[in-house]
Amino acid sequence: MTPMVRISKVRKRFGYLEVLKGIDLDVARNSVVCVIGPSGSGKSTLLRCVNRLETIDSGRIRVDGELIGYTEHTDGLRVLGEKQLCRQRAAIGMVFQGFHLFGNRTALENVIEGPVTVQGKSRAEAIEQARELLERVGLADRAEHYPAQLSGGQQQRVAIARSLAMRPKVMLFDEPTSALDPELVAEVLAVMRDLAREGMTMMVVTHEMRFARDAGDHLVFMDDGVIVEQGDPRAVLEQPREARTRAFLGQVG
Amino acid sequence: MSAAEELPINAKHPPRPGRWIAAVLAGFVLVWLAYTIIVNPNLHWDIVVDQQFDHRILAGLGVTIALAVTSMVVGIVLGVLVAVMQLSANPVLRAAAGLYTWFFRGTPLLVQLIFWFNLALIFPTVGFGVPFGGPQLVEWQTNALITPFVAGLLGLTINEGAYMAEIVRAGISSVAHGQREAAEALGMPNRAVLRRVVLPQAMRVIIPPTGNQFISMLKTTSMVSVIAGADLLTVAQHIYLDNFEVIALLIVASIWYLVLTTIASVGQHFIEKRFNRGQITLRRRLGRDLLPVVRRRKS
Ligand SMILES: Nc1ncnc2c1ncn2[C@@H]1O[C@H](COP(=O)(O)OP(=O)(O)OP(=O)(O)O)[C@@H](O)[C@H]1O
Ligand SMILES: [Mg+2]
Repeated sequence: MTPMVRISKVRKRFGYLEVLKGIDLDVARNSVVCVIGPSGSGKSTLLRCVNRLETIDSGRIRVDGELIGYTEHTDGLRVLGEKQLCRQRAAIGMVFQGFHLFGNRTALENVIEGPVTVQGKSRAEAIEQARELLERVGLADRAEHYPAQLSGGQQQRVAIARSLAMRPKVMLFDEPTSALDPELVAEVLAVMRDLAREGMTMMVVTHEMRFARDAGDHLVFMDDGVIVEQGDPRAVLEQPREARTRAFLGQVG
Repeated sequence: MSAAEELPINAKHPPRPGRWIAAVLAGFVLVWLAYTIIVNPNLHWDIVVDQQFDHRILAGLGVTIALAVTSMVVGIVLGVLVAVMQLSANPVLRAAAGLYTWFFRGTPLLVQLIFWFNLALIFPTVGFGVPFGGPQLVEWQTNALITPFVAGLLGLTINEGAYMAEIVRAGISSVAHGQREAAEALGMPNRAVLRRVVLPQAMRVIIPPTGNQFISMLKTTSMVSVIAGADLLTVAQHIYLDNFEVIALLIVASIWYLVLTTIASVGQHFIEKRFNRGQITLRRRLGRDLLPVVRRRKS
């Protein structure tokens, strides 16, 4: 079976700074791939390329076999139109470090926004589904709260529900717990563990080594725009082969 | 802890003689000013009373209101458009929008009004047809088209659009960039991101300065008097050129401007209050009532 996400030879530069220097990475279906690495190594950029919040300069990214951002023609690639791009994005969930809930909408309204506006679902149907999702992330009783009335951990769980409401094929998490107080990290990780158990394909940029070890199927260590080392999480964390990996793991403890 | 410490605080302030002296002085100045104004034989209050509801004055008042409301409404639409252009990814649109606000905020409104009024000096005729000197389908004499009212409307609207663009842009920029990305990540097309996420939240920032713009617009309309715009001030001037009651007619006009701006201020106060209250009560109401609403919808 083709992998859910296939990243091949991806390069990306911001001006003169090359941030991704030829990344090859597969995310198998129903698997959890965690990405670790020092600040500025290009982890967020890589994730953002997958749903085309950033464009790439060379290489290919495929999700479920479909090329992201372009169509292939005999005479080369053509940039995808907005409608098609939106269709691709709708199938890829993304959870941000800073939650980014819509501030003028309640938790429930945040969750129904995608299904109603993007997928054209009826409001009633979307609300029913949203209530189930909020229940699933343990926030059934917070449905009518505004983001400002929720703790960081609660906001992040609503953000996860908002993404799930689109029934995505894959979920991207960019340091979902880094902005949280230590005591709130666990509740978000618990939701993510549940998702992983249910077979959601996930790509997770994280500093939570415990999560990477227990919940991850595959671990990627990035540094300076390249994948330095990847493999079974336990193996990479306990017996890193590369000096750079050892140095990084030594620093984060 | 003794029982007395639990009693409510009921302490006396130290004496504040300064406050009393200031109040007495200010009161004295006010009374003295009022006295000199009322008994001053050079201020013809009888004429003021006589002219306040003169039909010409009322017609001028109508023109002033029409100018202010129309140029404000169209100016807001223009401002939203230009602000969206300014924030677009298209460099040509950005440049055009930048040029617009740069030019119209950078030149005096008075000059712009006189310019629009004299448009015929540059373009004797205006019409539709093939550009770059091709044949014209329809054509009008500019002078017939650009009445003082139209020139005033053009000047005020285009000028207002430039200021509103900045206000709207600040409002849009106030909405966290992350929310826009979150909406994009959900697969929302650009237009929906703007309509569903950005503009509703930008409103909170946009509304108060827009109220101020309107209040100042009510007075700014008086500038069209330089092109004989038939507004309140123009009419007042026409009358006093006739009867030489300069001060009385300026008072008449000023009273009307004060009435307009007072009404607008009160309106602004209520809109803002309702808006803020909306934020709170909407939240409370939704918290309690949304559940039954949803249930009712389902049944
Ligand atoms: N929009 C941008 N414009 C210019 N440079 C950028 C942009 N986004 C990221 N960069 C640069 O690209 C590099 C990689 O950034 P990225 O955010 O991908 O790192 P990261 O691995 O996610 O780091 P962190 O752990 O701090 O989140 C950094 O040097 C950053 O400054
Ligand atoms: Mg990052």
